[in-house]
Amino acid sequence: MTMQNLYLLVPLAPLVGAIAAGLFGKCLGRAWSHRITIALVAVSFFASLAIFNDVLAGHVFNGPVYTWLISGDTSFQVGFLIDRLTVMMMLVVTFVSLMVHIYTIGYMEEDDGYQRFFSYISLFTFSMLMLVMANNFMQLFFGWEAVGLVSYLLIGFWYKKDTAIYANLKAFLVNRVGDFGFLLGIGLVLMVFGTLDYAAVFANAASHAGDMAPIPGVSWNLMTAICILLFIGAMGKSAQFPLHVWLPDSMEGPTPISALIHAATMVTAGIFMVARMSPLFELSDTALSFVMVIGAITALFMGFLGIIQNDIKRVVAYSTLSQLGYMTVALGASAYSVAIFHLMTHAFFKALLFLAAGSVIIAMHHNQDIRYMGGLRKYMPITWITSLIGSLALIGTPFFSGFYSKDSIIEAVALSHLPGSDFAYFAVVAGVFVTAFYSFRMYFLVFHGKERYDEAPHDGHHSADAGHAADAHAHPSTSSGQADAHDDHGHHAGKPHETPWVVTLPLILLAIPSVLIGYIAIEPMLYGSYFGDAIFISENHHTMSELREEFHGAFAMALHSLTTLPLWLAIAGVASAAFFYLKRPDIPAAIQKRFGFIYHLLDNKYYFDRFNDWFFAGGARGASGLLWKFGDVKLIDGLMVNGTAKLVGMFSGVMRRIQSGYIYHYAFSMIIGVFVLLTVRTWFE
Amino acid sequence: MIFGLPVISVAIWLPIIFGILVLATGDDKNAPLARILALVGSTLGFLVTIPLYTGFVRDTSEMQFVELHDWIARFNIHYHLGVDGISVLFILLTAFFTPLVVLAGWQVIEKRVAQYMASFLIMSGIMIGVFAALDSILFYVFWEAMLIPMFLIIGIWGGKNRVYAAVKFFLYTLLGSLLMLVALIYLYNQSGGSFAILDFHKVELPMTAQILIFIAFFFAFAVKVPMFPVHTWLPDAHVEAPTGGSVVLAAIMLKVGAYGFLRFSMPITPDASHQLSGVMIALSLIAVVYIGLVALMQTDMKKLVAYSSISHMGFVTLGFFIFNAYGMEGALLQMISHGFVSGALFLCIGVLYDRMHSRNIADYGGVANTMPVFAAFFMLFAMANVGLPGTSGFVGEFMVVLGAVKVNFWYAFAAATTLIFGAAYTLWMYKRVIFGAVANHHVAELTDLTLREKVIFAILAVTVLGMGLYPLPFSEIMHVSVNDLLVHVARSKLPL
Repeated sequence: MTMQNLYLLVPLAPLVGAIAAGLFGKCLGRAWSHRITIALVAVSFFASLAIFNDVLAGHVFNGPVYTWLISGDTSFQVGFLIDRLTVMMMLVVTFVSLMVHIYTIGYMEEDDGYQRFFSYISLFTFSMLMLVMANNFMQLFFGWEAVGLVSYLLIGFWYKKDTAIYANLKAFLVNRVGDFGFLLGIGLVLMVFGTLDYAAVFANAASHAGDMAPIPGVSWNLMTAICILLFIGAMGKSAQFPLHVWLPDSMEGPTPISALIHAATMVTAGIFMVARMSPLFELSDTALSFVMVIGAITALFMGFLGIIQNDIKRVVAYSTLSQLGYMTVALGASAYSVAIFHLMTHAFFKALLFLAAGSVIIAMHHNQDIRYMGGLRKYMPITWITSLIGSLALIGTPFFSGFYSKDSIIEAVALSHLPGSDFAYFAVVAGVFVTAFYSFRMYFLVFHGKERYDEAPHDGHHSADAGHAADAHAHPSTSSGQADAHDDHGHHAGKPHETPWVVTLPLILLAIPSVLIGYIAIEPMLYGSYFGDAIFISENHHTMSELREEFHGAFAMALHSLTTLPLWLAIAGVASAAFFYLKRPDIPAAIQKRFGFIYHLLDNKYYFDRFNDWFFAGGARGASGLLWKFGDVKLIDGLMVNGTAKLVGMFSGVMRRIQSGYIYHYAFSMIIGVFVLLTVRTWFE
Repeated sequence: MIFGLPVISVAIWLPIIFGILVLATGDDKNAPLARILALVGSTLGFLVTIPLYTGFVRDTSEMQFVELHDWIARFNIHYHLGVDGISVLFILLTAFFTPLVVLAGWQVIEKRVAQYMASFLIMSGIMIGVFAALDSILFYVFWEAMLIPMFLIIGIWGGKNRVYAAVKFFLYTLLGSLLMLVALIYLYNQSGGSFAILDFHKVELPMTAQILIFIAFFFAFAVKVPMFPVHTWLPDAHVEAPTGGSVVLAAIMLKVGAYGFLRFSMPITPDASHQLSGVMIALSLIAVVYIGLVALMQTDMKKLVAYSSISHMGFVTLGFFIFNAYGMEGALLQMISHGFVSGALFLCIGVLYDRMHSRNIADYGGVANTMPVFAAFFMLFAMANVGLPGTSGFVGEFMVVLGAVKVNFWYAFAAATTLIFGAAYTLWMYKRVIFGAVANHHVAELTDLTLREKVIFAILAVTVLGMGLYPLPFSEIMHVSVNDLLVHVARSKLPL
């Protein structure tokens, strides 16, 4: 098989799986649907591995697959760019996807939409692969929107749940706001460069560095305008402040997709995109500063929200937001390879944390409230250990994967001199404490302490606590859509127990890279030549070169961390979580009472949702009603159209009188007419 | 040539002859025969247009498949037909939709079946005539004749307010067309006694004359498109029209107006077109933004899709009047795609209406529970309406936005808001109708698509996806003609 065919095989195999399970799921049955999709995603993974080897041997591919459209002199193509950045993303996507596919067998076991779910996640894998493999902006936008579509379908997978279909609409619309900027950015690229091909655009980027943007009425630098517009797209997809609002709500979807889409892959598309566009972003310090500040705000302030969440998935979701902020900060500091490195380690440990959370949720019979868990380590040893590994990796414990990537980000930001880097440094360092605190708060509440799973309010697992609707209707097994079907796998069915192997196996397989990948990969990825030409760093930005000077091997880096602030902040975070939630659980409650104002601010997510609902959603509906009722109905139809009709009616009403039908009327008017004509004639002569 | 007969004439007259045959089946006792005859006629009608695509020579902008016969020699009026890269696809689109419309009305129409089917067949032939006419009087005859069957379809098989809607539709469009007739006669005199459209393209005209002619044509075409502010007949017409009527109205009839801009306004009055392009762009953008917003609060599904149509047609006129290849090809692709997508959406609403006899969004909810197959198709077409890449709806909007950026970034900015508004009104409707728990016992009793409906939707789904994933076959056929038109429009026609 030639390499080109192998490239095609990677995205097409999951697509075939998606079509098979989607269109013929009923004939195939459950078992064959998952067998086929899993086998095909595995094919995709192994093909990616083969490509990885080939790329390591120095082969880069950039070529078209087919011509999509020709307009004017521009040819729009679907094509692949297979370089080191691409192939790494391909590996991450296909590996996590494979794990999630296997896990789904256990998680969705009782669900009516089993085949549909497999179809969607395979379709997602296809879309995400097309996104990362693109060699041009058009295809990038294709994949970009396609993953958004599948995310929409999957968040609303349980379409009977009001919260789910609210969340998926919200996710789609917020993402569309991002895409709005993204599309305009692409438009500017095409206008300036006359092509959408990456290679051609990047090659000519430097020659346009000083240009003004062709935007009438404003005087912006071209690259700044392009980069910020593109980054608005990334803000939507990678849930950066203030377009982050959709991600926590996306937890309404089944847990496997939270792991795959809303933690490991899709939400990192924005990070990937900016890294891919490094030849453009490097030309605008303004854009980089903007990126860094947005990332820093997200990293710190979204972390705070994780502290007060009680829904296990939402804690992980806010943690994801915060970590995406870290990656974005790294991008802003010109440390693209560090951002991608963190993207990779995060994909493993965050997918692990989500899937472990799902395992807990299964054991808790779909109760997601961590206040009613506790002590699960005895009953679920595999889930417990793997969760601990994931949490340790997340908070940056030395030698764990997350340590290497996160510490590198902090170091890189420290070295950056762009405006905003001081704030960003503060945010990412303070974020370490916050991360450690909320991670271990959750960990202790779930796996240690008193066993509280019997204390859940009787109906608790149906509506969790106010505003944080849980996966309550996880198994809409009756077609009538009522949730009562739950009680048959009841709430008090005895002690929790470990989940089946299809669930725990992916946990174990994800735990391995969560521990090891950082130690192995940091040297080649950040300081070696791994990325080669795939990432471009301007000579004016010294972050990476300075970082390289300070690096003396992975082992030394871990030892050195003992003398730095972040590690001690992490330890402090874990210790305070232990103190507050194991030793003195009364204190958090007291604090919550004492600082009610802050608690409410956090509980309402800084009031963003309310503001958006009121201002944007409400405003649009109000404007719509107004324009319709006054513009269309009153002004155009009422005044102009029907008004004209009335005017014609009135006019003809008058004219009708003249046509009386009496001969003497007509004779009289004829005489008058003759008289007038004669007068006029004599007058002029 | 088909069996020695000229292709375009066959495409026009075959459905009309079948329409007359269908009429001849008489009253509803013979309804099954009328249906079968209509299906055969419309399918044949589509098949005979295929040589227009396969036999089309792509590297010329000359008219092809030309037929030229004397008609009214006294005024130098000819039966003159032909197609170029701009018109050929619309002939196929028209013929493509007729069998679908016949199928869609198969069981639903129970009264005056023969007349119903015949109206669509005859209208199909007439609309093909509009796209193929190269003599302006022939064009005008087809143009006006087209109104009659549509007027009947709305007025006879329509909803409660059908008479108001039909009359509004008729008067609106008729008033627009009369000014066009005046312009045609003026051009006849200027061109030295020719009604040939291609002769009009060569006539030199001073600016004042160009502007007046442009305005005269504008009223005829803008009403049909429809452009803001002469759009208010469309929502009413759609709401009252039977499903088939809405489909043809949205898929084909709106395109006739846009086609007129390309065939008449721009090449005959290029200087005026440039002069007034600011106004045209402004009206187009108002359509995109204002109408997109208005669509949001509609409570009637058909009205919502009707407003969405106006908003999408705003992209078409925007694409025309930015005078570049991206814009114009994007606009043409948008016209074709909008045909498929809006047609499909009206068919979707028809499927629901046939079962529930309501177009009111509030009467629905949770349809996915009882009609999963339908929900999947509806999702696809809704996403196409939202302009999702991979569906046909993306291609045109993408190209027009790219073209607009070239001219003025802020045009593109305004146009791109459709990304948000389009998604908001379409998916909000979808959510309220399809998602959620079963809303009431009517929804609980719904039955999923029949085989006949599945066939219709499957054909449209394949087309929508096919065009989205591989639009090249659609665009390459128009390429040379569009480039030529752009060159022509760039040249001044003011007398030296």
